[in-house]
Amino acid sequence: MNKTIYIIFLFIFLLLLQVLVLNNILLLGYINPYLYIAFVFLYPLKKNRILFLGISFLLGLCVDAFSNSGGIHAFSILFIAYTRIFFFKIIFKKGESDYLLFNLRLETFDKVFNYIVILTIIHHFILYSLINFSFYNFTKIISNTLYSSVFTLTLYFLGNFIFRKKLT
Amino acid sequence: MQQLIYFFQRYKTFLFFLLLEFIAVALIINNYSFHKSKFISSTNFITGGLQQKSSDLTEYLNLKSINQELSEENKRLKNKLEILYSAIDTVKTKINTDSLKYYQRFLYINGKIIGNSFNKNNNFLTINRGSNHGISSEMAVINNKGIIGITDQVDDIYGRVQSILNSKSSINAGFKNNDYYGTLKWNGTDYNTVQLTDVPRQARFKIGDTIVTGGKSSIFPKGIPVGTVIDIPVKLSAANTIGIKLFNDMANLSHIYIITSLHKKEIKSLENNNE
Repeated sequence: MNKTIYIIFLFIFLLLLQVLVLNNILLLGYINPYLYIAFVFLYPLKKNRILFLGISFLLGLCVDAFSNSGGIHAFSILFIAYTRIFFFKIIFKKGESDYLLFNLRLETFDKVFNYIVILTIIHHFILYSLINFSFYNFTKIISNTLYSSVFTLTLYFLGNFIFRKKLT
Repeated sequence: MQQLIYFFQRYKTFLFFLLLEFIAVALIINNYSFHKSKFISSTNFITGGLQQKSSDLTEYLNLKSINQELSEENKRLKNKLEILYSAIDTVKTKINTDSLKYYQRFLYINGKIIGNSFNKNNNFLTINRGSNHGISSEMAVINNKGIIGITDQVDDIYGRVQSILNSKSSINAGFKNNDYYGTLKWNGTDYNTVQLTDVPRQARFKIGDTIVTGGKSSIFPKGIPVGTVIDIPVKLSAANTIGIKLFNDMANLSHIYIITSLHKKEIKSLENNNE
């Protein structure tokens, strides 16, 4: 599939999925999955990251516009989009020469799992800290982060499992 | 100069990242200040239009319960009308209402909620009424069960409502059976309960008392239901805070009324004269 069309399709699909479906789930009254960050995991690795950062920021901003939250989604998705490369280097132990051939599906599951769990938890922690905007309810931030992360990760790995056979 | 250009080339990604994060922080801070969040919100044409489409689709699923609520409300209004008729009938009223001196005080406009949130610290709703329908900011929004919030920011077709589940909302409210009043606020923990603070110490209340809006502000009419008292502080303090369970289920709202106060300008100018 053409890379550009794939990315545009992924952008619109994740945005609509998040805004129209996932924002209305509210398990137990307040737990939401934030699956749109899958964009950061699925975007191909490149040496020049400016375009990638710009698109991630735009995606966060679009989600913000629908949920009336200023710029909190934009802030947190941009943060993991920037730090992605450091975790990639630490966990997969690969350099810049491997960018072209790298594919999450070809890696062992435990490394992929670590990589995605760390990025998800960082994102959710920043997101809930900004939603509260104070350290008054710190235990609430932690518990929301944990519950939401579990929800997001379950959905991500399920989706990954379902779509795996079709695309390859 | 060469060094500077070299520096920029080397750290351009990091600088770009910092710039975007700075923009995001500016947007967040803007959003936390009332009346200022102009750019990124659900009242613009694209986001509002999409939310309208999705709410049109889901509306069908709730038709049954909405019909039930409407018929309940009709029943209540008809009963009230009957009481009024009988009052007019039995007591010979000899008051001539001078049409020049009589002014309608509130005007009701109906509408529908197309976007809702209740799980954050600062919650907003989107409604399908805007300045084209005569809505401006700081108008009361209610439904047949009780209060919902105050309009905050208005575009041509859509408007944004600051819900009572917002840490910045403060609404005048008091008890139904006496005239003591306090300020209605929300502490952000449970979307079914709000807090009434600054209640005078001499006020007497018990669990189960009904709370209504006080009519001391120029936005809400007097007597719109809010909820019932469920939690009373053990020790009296300066900020006498009472827990109130809302009549409305804030997670399940659709048809609303927006109340325009026709006397607002006059009341405001009088209050300003006092100072």
